[in-house]
Amino acid sequence: MLEVIDIHKTYAGEPLLRGVSFHVDQGETVCLLGPSGSGKSTLLRIIAGLEAPEGGRVCWQGEDITHRPPHLRRMGLVFQDYALFPHLNVAENVAFGLRMQGWPPAARAERVREVLAQVKLSGFENRRVTELSGGEQQRVALARALAPRPCVLMFDEALGSLDRALREELLEDLRRLLHSSDVAAIYVTHDQEEAAAIADRILILHEGKIVRSGPPAQLWENPGHLWAAQFLGVGNVLFGRWRAGSDHPLVETDQGTFPLVCSHAHADGETIAAVLRPTKVEAVDGAGDLCVRVVDVVFQQERFKVYLENGWYVYLPRPPSPGTVLSLRLQMDAIQCLGDGR
Amino acid sequence: MFFLYPLGSILRAALDGSVLLDERTWVVVRRALGFTLYQAALSTLFTLLVGLPLAYLFARYRFPLRSLWRIAVAIPFMLPTVVVAAGFNAWLGDRGWVNLTLMRAFGLPEAPIPFSGTLTAIVTAHVFYNTTLIVRILAYTLEHMDPRLEQAARVLGADGWRVFWHITLPLLRPALLAAASLVFLFDFTSFGVILLLGGPQFATLEVEIYVQGVHMLNLSLAALLSVVQLLCTAALSFLYGRLLAQVIAPIAPRPAEVNLRTPCRWAERAFVGLMVLLLIALFVLPMVSVPIRSVARLEAARGERGEIRYGLTADYYRELFINRRGSLFYVPPLQAARNSLLFALLTVLLSLALGIPAAVALSRQNVWARRMDVLWMLPLGVSGVTLGLGFLLAFRRAVAFPGLVPLAHTLIALPLVIRTLQPALVSIPSHLRQAARVLGASPWRAWWRVEWPILRRAVLAAAAFAFTVSLGEFGATLLLTRPEYPTLPVAIYRFLSQPGGLNYGQAMAMTTILMLLTAAGVLLLERLRMPGSQF
Repeated sequence: MLEVIDIHKTYAGEPLLRGVSFHVDQGETVCLLGPSGSGKSTLLRIIAGLEAPEGGRVCWQGEDITHRPPHLRRMGLVFQDYALFPHLNVAENVAFGLRMQGWPPAARAERVREVLAQVKLSGFENRRVTELSGGEQQRVALARALAPRPCVLMFDEALGSLDRALREELLEDLRRLLHSSDVAAIYVTHDQEEAAAIADRILILHEGKIVRSGPPAQLWENPGHLWAAQFLGVGNVLFGRWRAGSDHPLVETDQGTFPLVCSHAHADGETIAAVLRPTKVEAVDGAGDLCVRVVDVVFQQERFKVYLENGWYVYLPRPPSPGTVLSLRLQMDAIQCLGDGR
Repeated sequence: MFFLYPLGSILRAALDGSVLLDERTWVVVRRALGFTLYQAALSTLFTLLVGLPLAYLFARYRFPLRSLWRIAVAIPFMLPTVVVAAGFNAWLGDRGWVNLTLMRAFGLPEAPIPFSGTLTAIVTAHVFYNTTLIVRILAYTLEHMDPRLEQAARVLGADGWRVFWHITLPLLRPALLAAASLVFLFDFTSFGVILLLGGPQFATLEVEIYVQGVHMLNLSLAALLSVVQLLCTAALSFLYGRLLAQVIAPIAPRPAEVNLRTPCRWAERAFVGLMVLLLIALFVLPMVSVPIRSVARLEAARGERGEIRYGLTADYYRELFINRRGSLFYVPPLQAARNSLLFALLTVLLSLALGIPAAVALSRQNVWARRMDVLWMLPLGVSGVTLGLGFLLAFRRAVAFPGLVPLAHTLIALPLVIRTLQPALVSIPSHLRQAARVLGASPWRAWWRVEWPILRRAVLAAAAFAFTVSLGEFGATLLLTRPEYPTLPVAIYRFLSQPGGLNYGQAMAMTTILMLLTAAGVLLLERLRMPGSQF
């Protein structure tokens, strides 16, 4: 088990990481999700030993390895732009870590063949890495990190520079590969979909701290944190006053008063943030909970994203024409409390 | 014409049958060629040994006064050969600081450290001279190397040494070979350093050309040696060009700062400390020695008896204005300085007058421009001594004409002037000028308002380049100059080869003046350097 305990780091005089703690179990894939500049790459580099933290510890199997140099940590790191050695061919790149560990040549060749097959690059041994396509380079980088059987495998925005189709294909392969091995993996990205697709558990990094963590489905279901909800893009964020209703709580906004799903009790009249799920709204004939003019309609395969005059958006199965006034009914669980809005 | 005609004359003189068939001719050629190759290889090896760690130091570590040390390494390359020779003389030579101090301290009758007239002296001076090249080329490559490559290797289990051996060094190899071949080329054609520090017994091709041409008056043999030399430099330049083309330009150059780190571990600190000591010993002391020696009396003047007054003195500078011997050929040192400045100014004017049109013509991208490019760069590969010899042979009747010196200087400076102007010219997009025309500017006004302001810096830089080259030029000048019109380097050479403390002191004083003049030129050049210019 890899443990990261209370890591602190400043960058250019500004605090970047302010006490980050988490752990990764054997065989688990954890995704560090955060916007660019949130310090996720720095955190990876600290775990790999390429940078020293100003406070906190990194432990592997209970042993403190904070001050161990990177070449003795047995970790694998896949860089954003792959960092393949341009003067070595594919096989030599993949074999580099094995050579450093002193594997005999025959075992090395065998392992290289094995790993290249795993990443679907059999027969590429003698190719120059500079001649490969982006996707192939990415696979070589993965094979190079996998070959020495690292105890922790890390990905730093590893698919960031590939186009969408290729990214999805690689993501799928990577997912299977990670799930079939028992390596602890940390995957860093700023892309919510990528994170959801690959992670057993997502950690959301915001202002130098992990603000939320949990399996992807659970996070989307219950973001529980204003910034996390905005970053994940789960719906329309709105602010209002908490009101105790007769059988369930209500939120009083300038658009009207609506039922609220809320796990905590709040003081009556307290300002709260909440999220309105755009899928839990339907257009009705006659009186609804809310009447609002349509601004724009965007076709999205099986549904239409409808932008409304009050700044919200909803998903509807049939497109209204822009300019018409819609009567909308909210489902009981459409609005979910995000806490006190801080 | 002023270049090809002298070359033709050399060729004609070299094809003298009696010399070609003479057994002794080939003994001289073989010996000179062999020794030239030997000393150049040795010098290149040591330059690499010093330059590689220094390049690593500058590319990777933050340390106090880093940019100042970097300038200290950059200066020697621009220094005139006589200054370098005088510098090492003043520091380690028989009459230099170290030896005189040791002699006084232990009452020794002779200099305890043999330096002047040894191969060590030649190699040391070459290292001093050319380390700049290695540092500049290698530090550039190292600075812009992707730091992730080394980090990837570290994560994969390579310790510091193995990262350097398996990753950094192989990535550096093309640049290393290109730099080494360039250094070899410069060591191969070195003249002043060998003549002044080694003496005529170290017969490289260059020295042999000078000795045969001027002292033995065996012009045919000198010409033959020149031809051998030309062939070798042409081959080396070709090799260098091929190697340089292999230096992979980084696709997205990284800012140099990403590779810099502050030394933390004791081994890193020791490395930085050691390198700084090396910088002081090899680069600062020789340069500082001259000005100090020029105001310090450490030995007796010739003929002076009795108590020697040691200490600070301005005598050497005062003596520069006095003609003590009243000899007919004696030229006051101040006159030499005036000659030098005059020649340098003429060189600036001539090389700009030729260089600007040439650079404009070359910046047009077509086949002819590329062919001409090679032609204009040719003088770069031709050594000063060969050029001087060519002029001697070609303009036998006009040798008395002192204008030959600035002409030769112009030829030497021209490639550098063109190379300085070209990037600036190419950097001006043609639509800039067109935009000015559309906005209503006449052709002349368009040039004056748009192109000239951009070019001005480059022209000034080129002028500074020509100025420093002319000031320091030694080889061609030594062959061409009339006794009554010596330049500063020639005068320094004369003073250095005469005995006595006064002469030595005067040489140091003049070297100091030459150093200051050159330093002014170099500083101007550094401030005006166009991004992308090659030198």
